[in-house]
Amino acid sequence: MTSLHSSRQATPRSASPRWRQAMPVNPRSLALLVALLALILFNVAITPNFLEWQTLSVNVSQVSTIAIVAIGMTLVIATGGIDLSVGAVMALAGALAPLIFLSEFGQQAPLAMTLVAIVVALAVAVACGLFNGVLVSRFGVQPIIATLVLFISGRGLAQVLTNGNLQTFDNPAFEFLGAGRLLGLPFQGWLVVVIALVVAWVIARTRYGRYLLATGGNPQAARMAGVPVTRVKLAAYTSCALLAGLAGLITVAINSASDAAKNGNLMELDAIAAAVVGGALLKGGKAPIAGVILGAAIIQLVRYTLLANGVADEVALVVKAAIIVLAVYLQTPRGAH
Amino acid sequence: MTALIDMRDIHKRFGGTVALDGASLTIAPGEVHALIGQNGAGKSTLIKVLTGVYTPTSGQILLDGEPVAFSGPRRAQQAGVATIYQELNLVPLRSVTENMMMGFEPLHWWGGIDWPQAHRRARTVFEELGLDIDVRRPLSEYSTAIQQLVAIGRAVSQQVRLVIMDEPTSSLDEREVQRLFEVIRLLKSQGTSVLFVSHFLEELYAVCDCATIMRNGATVEQRTLSETPRLELVASMLGRKTSDIQASGTTSFREMELDTDETLLEVESLATDKGLRGASLEVHQGEMVGLGGLLGAGRSELARALFGLDRSTRGSMRLAGQRYAPRHSRDAIAAGVALLSEDRKVEGIIPEMSVRENMTLPLLGTLSRRGVIQRRRERELAAHFIEALKIKTASMEQPIGQLSGGNQQKVLLARWLATQPRLLILDEPTRGVDIGAKREIQRIVQDYQAQGGAVLMISSEFEELAEGAQRVVIMHEGHSTRVLDNPGLSEDALVTAIATAQHDRADGAARDDERSPATATDHQETAP
Amino acid sequence: MTTVSWRQRLADNGQATGVCVILLALVCLGLIRYDNFGSAYNLSSFLNYNAMFVLISLGMCLVIITGGIDLSVGTVAALSSVTAAYVSPYGLVPALLAGLATGLAAGLVNAVMITRLHIPPFIATLASLLAAKGTALIISGNQTVPVDWASGFTRLGMESIGGLLPWSFAITLVVGAGLWWLLEQRPIGRTMLAVGDNEEAAHLMGLPARKAKTLAYLISGGCAGLAGVFLASGFGAGQPLEGLGWELTAIAAVVVGGTLLTGGKGSLVATLIGALMLGLIFNLLNFENGLGTFNLSAYWQMVIRGAFLFVVIAIQVQITRTRNTG
Repeated sequence: MTSLHSSRQATPRSASPRWRQAMPVNPRSLALLVALLALILFNVAITPNFLEWQTLSVNVSQVSTIAIVAIGMTLVIATGGIDLSVGAVMALAGALAPLIFLSEFGQQAPLAMTLVAIVVALAVAVACGLFNGVLVSRFGVQPIIATLVLFISGRGLAQVLTNGNLQTFDNPAFEFLGAGRLLGLPFQGWLVVVIALVVAWVIARTRYGRYLLATGGNPQAARMAGVPVTRVKLAAYTSCALLAGLAGLITVAINSASDAAKNGNLMELDAIAAAVVGGALLKGGKAPIAGVILGAAIIQLVRYTLLANGVADEVALVVKAAIIVLAVYLQTPRGAH
Repeated sequence: MTALIDMRDIHKRFGGTVALDGASLTIAPGEVHALIGQNGAGKSTLIKVLTGVYTPTSGQILLDGEPVAFSGPRRAQQAGVATIYQELNLVPLRSVTENMMMGFEPLHWWGGIDWPQAHRRARTVFEELGLDIDVRRPLSEYSTAIQQLVAIGRAVSQQVRLVIMDEPTSSLDEREVQRLFEVIRLLKSQGTSVLFVSHFLEELYAVCDCATIMRNGATVEQRTLSETPRLELVASMLGRKTSDIQASGTTSFREMELDTDETLLEVESLATDKGLRGASLEVHQGEMVGLGGLLGAGRSELARALFGLDRSTRGSMRLAGQRYAPRHSRDAIAAGVALLSEDRKVEGIIPEMSVRENMTLPLLGTLSRRGVIQRRRERELAAHFIEALKIKTASMEQPIGQLSGGNQQKVLLARWLATQPRLLILDEPTRGVDIGAKREIQRIVQDYQAQGGAVLMISSEFEELAEGAQRVVIMHEGHSTRVLDNPGLSEDALVTAIATAQHDRADGAARDDERSPATATDHQETAP
Repeated sequence: MTTVSWRQRLADNGQATGVCVILLALVCLGLIRYDNFGSAYNLSSFLNYNAMFVLISLGMCLVIITGGIDLSVGTVAALSSVTAAYVSPYGLVPALLAGLATGLAAGLVNAVMITRLHIPPFIATLASLLAAKGTALIISGNQTVPVDWASGFTRLGMESIGGLLPWSFAITLVVGAGLWWLLEQRPIGRTMLAVGDNEEAAHLMGLPARKAKTLAYLISGGCAGLAGVFLASGFGAGQPLEGLGWELTAIAAVVVGGTLLTGGKGSLVATLIGALMLGLIFNLLNFENGLGTFNLSAYWQMVIRGAFLFVVIAIQVQITRTRNTG
C-alpha cells in the first residue's frame, strides 16, 4: 500500500498539465513575443511618431484581416492541407455584399438588407469552403490543386458579378465592420480577439479540436482510432472559407468600396506566412492560435516598419519571402541522410 | 581464400539508440549466406551499412581484403554489391526494362538511350531466369513475384558479386519460392555470393551454406548449416539454451481454463477485394484465437475487414448473435471491436500528441459532453491506465513519440482496452518491442481475457500463438484452411500446418477461388 | 489481362488523345464560325502570344514529373522581362542571355532550397514568387521598362518566319524538342520520372535523384526566363507587374495533358497540346465577343479557366478510381 502511494507521488503527473493549461504560452510563442517586442522597440527608437494612438489603430486595423484569414488557414494547415483560395473567397464575399445592399431591393430596407447581404456573402464563402473540402476529403485531390480551382475562378466570378467595376457605397451600418470603434480601437481588432479565443478554446477543449490535431498528426492512425477524418477536414476547409469571407467583408468595409481585383490579392501568402511563422507545421497536427496571431502581427509590423522608414513595399515582399523560407527551414527536421 | 565481404565490429547509433553494437559478417565468394535474428536484431541496419545507405559509427568493412566505405547505394552497386529490399524498391510506373536498366542504360553514339538494345538485354536476362514477359509494359502490371524477379534481374544484369536479398520470399507462393531458389543456385554456380535474410528456417536449410546469427545488434555466431540442428539455430537466435525452449517456452502466457462457451464472433466465408478470399472462424467469449500463416496469407486483411476498414464483398459476420457489417472503424468501435494494428508508426500513434491524448482518442465520444471534453475524467482515465499497465512515461503529457516502442505499444493497448471492447484484435502486438515489454503485454492481454474479453491474435512468433491461444486458425492465400486446438498445439505442429496449408486448401477450401493469386496481389500493389 | 492493359492504355494516352481531339474540334469550330480565324495574322499572333505559356508549361511539366511544383514561373518571367529589357540596348543575343540567366538563377535558388534545405517545393517556390516579384519591382522602380527598339531585340517577339511561324514559337518548339529528347532519351530524364514515381526507390537504385530534381527546377526557371524575354520583346517593354497567375495556366496545361500531379508520369507533347488548347479557348472567346451574339467579359476567362481545371481534376479522379477498383 505504501509503495503504491509513494510511486504515485514520484511522478508528478498533474503538475505539468495544470501549469500548461493555465498559461497557454509555449516557448515558441515566447520567442515570437520577444521578436515582436524587439520590432516594437526598434520602431520606438527609429520610426517617427510610432508611439501614437493613430499608429496602433492603423496597424490593428491592417493586421485584423491577415489574422482572421490566418486563423482559418491554420485550421486547414493543421489537417495537413493548404487553402490557396482564401484571397479569391475574400473578393467574392466582398463583391457580393455591396451588390445586395446597393440593389434597388436593398435601398428599400437598408438595415435589414445589410444584414441579409452579410449573411448571403458568408453563406457563399461557406459554399466555397464546402467545395474545397469535398474535393480534398471525399475525392482525395491534393489540397494545392483542389483549392487552385477557386483560386483562379473565384476572383473571376467576383469580377464578372461586378463587371470589374469599383463599387463605392455609403452604408454606416456595414462600414462599422471596418471603421467602427470600441474603446478607441478598431472594431475588427476586437473581432480578432474574440475569434482567436473561441478557436483556441475549440482546439484545446473540444472533441473537434482533438480530432483536428489527430487528423493532421497522423491521418491513418486517426481514422483507425475512429476519428471521422473526412468530416473533420470538411469542417476545417469550411471554417477557413467562412473566416476568409468575413475578412473580405471587413476589407470592403474599411475602404467603403469593393474592388474585386484587389480585395484579398496575395492574401493566401500572408496567411500562410503568419501561420508558418506562428508555429503551424505544414505536415499538420499543430494549430497554435496564439502563435499565429503573433505571426500575423510580426508580418504586419515588418511591413509597417519598412514602409514607415521609406523602404519600398517591393522590398517588403522580398523580406516576407525570406521570413517564410526561414520559418519553414527551422521547422524542417534535420539529419535525413 | 580471402573473404568477399568482411565486416568487422560494426557499431551504429541513431541519436541515443544503439542499432548495431559489435556486428560482424564474413561472406566467402560463391557462398549463399543466411543472416538471421529476431525482429529488431539489427539485420536490416547491418545490410544498410553494407550497402552504403548508412555510415557506420565505427567498424571496418573489407571487400576482397581491402577496406572500403561506400558513400551511397550507387557506390556499392559499382563495387558489385546489389540489394533487393524487403519492400520492393522499384519504380512501378516505368517499364520492366527501365526498372532493370535504369542507371546503366545502353546509349547511342549521339547520347540517346538505345531502347531496342535495352529491351533485348532485359529479355535475355529474363530468359536466363526462366521468365517470359513483355518487358515494355509498366512494372505495376505484374505480380509481386515477378516484380521481385525484376529486382533480381536488375542485380544480375550488372557486374554483381554479392546479391543481398532481404526477406525475398515473404510474399511469394511455393512455386515462386522454388523458382527463386533455382535463381539463387544459378547465381552461386556463376560464383556470385548471396546474402539471404529470411524468417523461414526451411528455406535457409534448403538453399544456404552457412548462417550468421544476430541478436540485439550484435553478431552471436556463424554456423555451417549442414552441421547445425534446427533447434540449436533457434536457440542461438533467441539467446536460450535448447533445453529451456523445450521445457517452458518463451512467452508469459499461462495455461487458462475457459469457463464460458458462448460464441461472440462468427465469420462465414468472408471476402474483400483487398486479398481476403474466404475466411471462416469463430471466437468465443473469453477465448484467444490465433491466426497463423505466412505474410500475405490474409491475416491482416481479415483483421481489417473485421474492423470495418475494408468493405466485405462476400460472406457474413455475426457479433454476439447480431448481424455485423461495419462500414468504417467507428462502426466497429461502437460495436465493441478494437484493433491494435500491426504498423504502430503508420496506423497507431500520433507522434506529436501526448500519451493522454493518444490514449483517449477513440473514447472522446463518451468523455465529452456536448462536444466539450471533460478533462478531469480524461486525466483520471489516463492515470489509471498508466498505472495499471505500468507505462513508463515522464507524465501523461509527454508526446508519445518520445516513448520507447514497448511503451508506445502499451499506450495503444490502453487506448483500446479503455473502450472496453468485446473483441480485441491484435495484429503482431509484440513486434519490435523488447522482451520485458513483450511479456507485460502478454500479461495484460491475458488479464483482459480473464475478465471475459475475447481476443483474435495475429502473430508470426509461433511460440506466442502456441502458448497463448486456445485455438489457431491457419490461413493461406486469403482462405482459412485449418483449425488447430490447444492443448496439443505446439510450435512444430503450427509450422507443419502452415507449411502444408497449400495442400489443405487444395482439398476443398479453395472451391470459390476464381482469381489467380498474381492478379490479386497486382491490385494491392497498384493502389496508392 | 486484356482489360487491364486497355484501361492502362486509356490512362496512358486517353487524356492526351482526348485533348488532341478537342483541340482539332475547336480549330474546326473556329474555321467554320469566324471569318478571320484561319488568317495568317490570327495564326501567327496566336502562336506568338502563347509561346510564353507553352514554354513555362513545358518547364512546369518536368517539375511536376519529379513530384514537385514551381509556383514562381510567372513572376520569374516578369523579372526576366525586366532584366532583358535593361540589356536590350546591347543587342538581341545579350538581352536573350540576360533573361535566360535570370530565369536559371531563380531556378537554381529554388533547387537549392528544395534539394539542400529540404523546404517543401510549394513553399520554396511560393517564396521565390514573392521575391522575384519584389525584385522585379525594385529594379524597375515599379515602372514598365521600355526596350531599345533599335537593337533588333523586338524582332524576337514581333516577327515571324514567312509571316506564319513567329520566332518566339519556333524557339519554343526547338526548346520543347530538346526537353523531349532529355526526358525520353537521356538517362537523367528517366531519373526525373523515377524520382517522381518513388523517390526512395530511385535513391536506393543508385540513381542521381538530387541531380534530376535540381535539373528540373533549373529548366523550369530557364523556360520562365525565356518566356520573360518573349514578353519584353513582344510588348516592347519589361513588365514587372505581369506574370501573376501564369503558374496556374501552366499547371492547368500540364494537368490537361494527362500528367499525374503526384509525379512519375507525364508527357511534354500532351502538355504542349494542352497549353495550346487552353490558349485557343480564349482566342475563340475573343472571336465570339467580336461576333456580338453575346458578350463575355475578359473576367469570364478566369472563371472558365477554373472550371476547366475542375473538369480535368474530375477526370483524373475518375481514372485513378477505376484503376484502383476495376
